[in-house]
Amino acid sequence: MRAFRYHRPADVTEAVALLDADPEAAYLGGGTNLVDLMKLGVQRPGLLVDVTGLPLDTVEPGPDGGLRIGATVRNSDLAARPLVRRDYPLLARALLDAASGQVRNMATTGGNLLQRTRCAYFQDTAKACNKREPGTGCAALHGQNRELAILGWSERCVATHPSDLAVALVALDAVAEVREPDGPRDVRLTELHRTPGHHPERETTLPRGALITAVRVPPLPFARRSTYLKVRDRAAFAFAVGSVAAALDLDGDVVRDVRLAYGAVAHRPWRAYRAEELLRGRPITAELAAQAADAELAAARPLRHNGFKVPLIRNLTVRALTGLAGSVRP
Amino acid sequence: MSAPVGAVGREHPRLEGQDKVTGAARYAVEYPVEDVTYGWAVPAAATRGRIVRVDAAPALALPGVLDVLHHGNAPRLTPGVDADLFLLQEPTVHYRGQFVAVVVAESIETAREAARLVRIDYDTEPHSTVLSEHHPGLYRPDKVNPSYPADTEDGDFDAGFAAAEVRIDATYRTPAYHNNPMEPHATTARWQDGRLLVHDSNQGSSPVQATLAELFALPREAVRVVAEHVGGGFGSKGYAKAAVVLAALAARQVDRPVRLALTRQQLFGPIGYRTPTIQRVRLGADADGRIAAVCHDAISQTSTLTEFTEQAAVYTRSMYAGRHRRTTHRVVRLDVPTPFWMRAPGECPGAYALESAMDELATACGLDPVELRIRNDPTVDPEQKQPFTSRNLVACLRDGARRFGWADRDPTPGVRRDGRWLVGTGVAGASYPARARAAAAAATAAPDGTFEVRINATDIGTGARTALWQVAADALGVPVDRVAIRVGDSDLPAAGVAGGSMGTASWSWAVIRACEGLRDRLRQAPGGAVPADGVTVEVSTADEVRAQRPLPRYAYGAHFCEVRVDADTGEVRVPRLLGVFAAGRVVNPTTARSQLIGGMTMGMSMALHEEGVLDERYGDWVNHDFAMYHISGCADVERIEAYWLPEEDPDLNPAGVKGLGEIGIVGAAAAITSAVHHATGVRVRDLPVRLDKLLEEQAEDGGSNRDGVPP
Ligand SMILES: Cc1cc2nc3c(=O)[nH]c(=O)nc-3n(C[C@H](O)[C@H](O)[C@H](O)COP(=O)(O)OP(=O)(O)OC[C@H]3O[C@@H](n4cnc5c(N)ncnc54)[C@H](O)[C@@H]3O)c2cc1C
Ligand code: SF4
Repeated sequence: MRAFRYHRPADVTEAVALLDADPEAAYLGGGTNLVDLMKLGVQRPGLLVDVTGLPLDTVEPGPDGGLRIGATVRNSDLAARPLVRRDYPLLARALLDAASGQVRNMATTGGNLLQRTRCAYFQDTAKACNKREPGTGCAALHGQNRELAILGWSERCVATHPSDLAVALVALDAVAEVREPDGPRDVRLTELHRTPGHHPERETTLPRGALITAVRVPPLPFARRSTYLKVRDRAAFAFAVGSVAAALDLDGDVVRDVRLAYGAVAHRPWRAYRAEELLRGRPITAELAAQAADAELAAARPLRHNGFKVPLIRNLTVRALTGLAGSVRP
Repeated sequence: MSAPVGAVGREHPRLEGQDKVTGAARYAVEYPVEDVTYGWAVPAAATRGRIVRVDAAPALALPGVLDVLHHGNAPRLTPGVDADLFLLQEPTVHYRGQFVAVVVAESIETAREAARLVRIDYDTEPHSTVLSEHHPGLYRPDKVNPSYPADTEDGDFDAGFAAAEVRIDATYRTPAYHNNPMEPHATTARWQDGRLLVHDSNQGSSPVQATLAELFALPREAVRVVAEHVGGGFGSKGYAKAAVVLAALAARQVDRPVRLALTRQQLFGPIGYRTPTIQRVRLGADADGRIAAVCHDAISQTSTLTEFTEQAAVYTRSMYAGRHRRTTHRVVRLDVPTPFWMRAPGECPGAYALESAMDELATACGLDPVELRIRNDPTVDPEQKQPFTSRNLVACLRDGARRFGWADRDPTPGVRRDGRWLVGTGVAGASYPARARAAAAAATAAPDGTFEVRINATDIGTGARTALWQVAADALGVPVDRVAIRVGDSDLPAAGVAGGSMGTASWSWAVIRACEGLRDRLRQAPGGAVPADGVTVEVSTADEVRAQRPLPRYAYGAHFCEVRVDADTGEVRVPRLLGVFAAGRVVNPTTARSQLIGGMTMGMSMALHEEGVLDERYGDWVNHDFAMYHISGCADVERIEAYWLPEEDPDLNPAGVKGLGEIGIVGAAAAITSAVHHATGVRVRDLPVRLDKLLEEQAEDGGSNRDGVPP
């Protein structure tokens, strides 16, 4: 692997300046993704700017409810917060269903959101990959693509975003606080990750060198009735092959509001707006939930090996929504 | 069972357990070595063809790089020893991932970076990497692993099958499985005064020593192979493999010690794997389930380098009765790495196929699958026509059924539901040959009343060292604390590999004979006094083992399990897995249990999780790491139980053991897939049973799941 320099900046300003000054620099969070990719030669930074010493490691309640999660808060610490468990059960679930205890102890909030795809071809430098090397082609498109996208992919890239946490945050309309060389900026989580289009090498809407400093979760009282359902190929320590984040607000039987997002189906966490729209104002039933999922999945274009994700996501949607409906009944 | 009188039969933790958990135990690349350098293997990025150019200059330009070895400059090896080990000698590429160069550098990071910089150009040829029953290259090998005939025939299968009242004709597919020991293949090699010393991670350092001596044209005494602690192998370290040869070549080239460990990714191929199989099983029976005709046709792959044929159909030759029988093996040479031993080669995939077909037969006959197996339990070996030295399959089935609570089972598939879960249970039989190999051992008495027993056995984590120590104490007739045992060094009396479940049988045989010999010698000593330099007896069991009558000797087992399938997602869970085994005498219940539940877990992993996913365009497995190649984890194993029956078989070996390393995996997958069928009504005949296969069956629009090919 490439020899690299390592630096622990004193503050956010220094961190951002270092990345701005050096096109080969990268932020280092827990390193659970970046260091693996460095060993594989997929990423080859010349300078690592370790952000875990920055004072971004607190979880605070927002002034009017909600949460502010520092970018370097470890995944296990976040999942253990009573506030998170009580007010945002889907967040705690998404975190605890991810990776392993050891990985979660290292992984940071910022790093989790910006982890790279698990597409096998992306991780193998001997294979063609537009994301790793733009213009070389996409080995996955006609290759082994069981784990990859059914929604929003392009001929250039069919990868999925692997984070569970991001799916839950997208459902909650969370906002990333970002520091760029010319100042701070807010980026809505639903707009943080891109679909691949012509440029799969651009995974987010952030400019290079942008530092995520915190994630704000707005108040959402009905998120107390929320869940995250993740399906994977073994009982623990595996990425999702499909997941659903859901929060439901009922007025009697009628859906007053709903949040629905899908994981492991696209290059970004997939907010199911179309399904949400169909659900609002109607009495919740299994049939309605299935219809809503079908409406969202109408745009699905399964690849050779992942057609099963369509019924999987539909079934998970029904289970999530009927489960939540059951749990709010007196 | 009566309580043990001596050390044998008693629970004892592994002797080296504390050293291992505290990190004091040294593995192959952990020995402190002065002036050590680091080797990094470079895999071929072509699937079939020739290297036309190696440009090492960019790698050599990196500070700290000592050398780049390749076919153009590497020290020469003796041809004809082993095609797979004839490394860096020729420009030919036989499969993708074949090691074609080695970088040696002052640090491991530099070596890895330099490996990336080695430029190799290939002249490629079209390749063939997919096993299929229609492959034109399929042929009948002369023998199958290790030396069974490829085909057997007894009676008239075709007529017997045609005349049968109930017929099963099913084809089962298993994917490539990868051994994936925790410790990779790894070696520290150094040359001193023309002698080669290697610390190597292997399952038998005597055979590795012999192979290295041949490859490097050295007398055997000039090679020493130490393998004191080994982090598993599952068969893949049963023979010298690439790492040790590359390290020895590199150490000779740079004239300094070299450490070389393969990466996890590099373990997917070059070290061997379990071949994919396609197995057709036909069973013809009367309405009562009595089998009249059985045929097992097994297809597998090998490489263009070495013929290795997995003996998948051999299991069927001795397992169940039936007058008309046929077994066949066909193999095809593909542009893939050579498959090799993986825990219970042959029996493991073979039992999956035959035991699954037995379950299908039970369903077809409307018979309980335990009862079906009992009805077809042969009294003599159905092909060899000789009585078994002991055969307790039926006892295992009965005991397992009782412990599991099998009696009230409703055989109807797909009717039990517990909330979101479809629930089912399954059973399968198991057998594994009980063999032994010749070995030598030495025992020394010291004047202070202590003893040392030496044998080049290998403890790959199984507890072999501890078991032999217990056996030795009893054979010497002294308490264990007066006995020391040494294993894992080719300077010790030579012994065979830890493989084929033969370790404890073979090694304890030699240990017992050495200890008996020593006791005899001590009895003859004047006044019984031990001289200052001790008394040593060294023996070999070669003559005795050779003289053993060729009788059918097998361990048996029965697996029972409960399976739950999520009706919405197809996820499979195994709340209970229970095995009962009859495997001769059990030397150490602690380590025996760990072998059995380890084997059962690996069988579950085979059924549900593991699969080498081939990309035929490249000829390699895309999911080549632990994040993608799923192995059952702790959360998948909810409740697992292993029991064994008391079994005394005087016709085995002096210790009366049959071996436990492999029997646990045999049949476990069939029990699970049968339970999946019982739960869902769906027979998945291609492993692993992943959720997509069940979901597609369950989804109303299942057919549409296959057609979304991108334009
Ligand atoms: C075996 C395994 C299994 C896993 N399973 C799961 C799973 O099931 N579900 C799941 O969601 N995840 C899973 N993960 C992934 C894990 O969650 C991520 O690796 C982890 O969250 C990344 O966080 P990190 O702090 O270690 O990031 P790093 O590896 O340090 O960084 C990741 C990326 O983010 C960038 N970065 C880090 N911090 C910031 C910041 N503050 N601002 C801007 N950029 C930043 C880095 O430059 C890098 O590009 C698994 C990982 C492994 C190794
Ligand atoms: S899917 Fe995307 S990440 Fe995977 S190979 Fe194609 S371009 Fe690369």
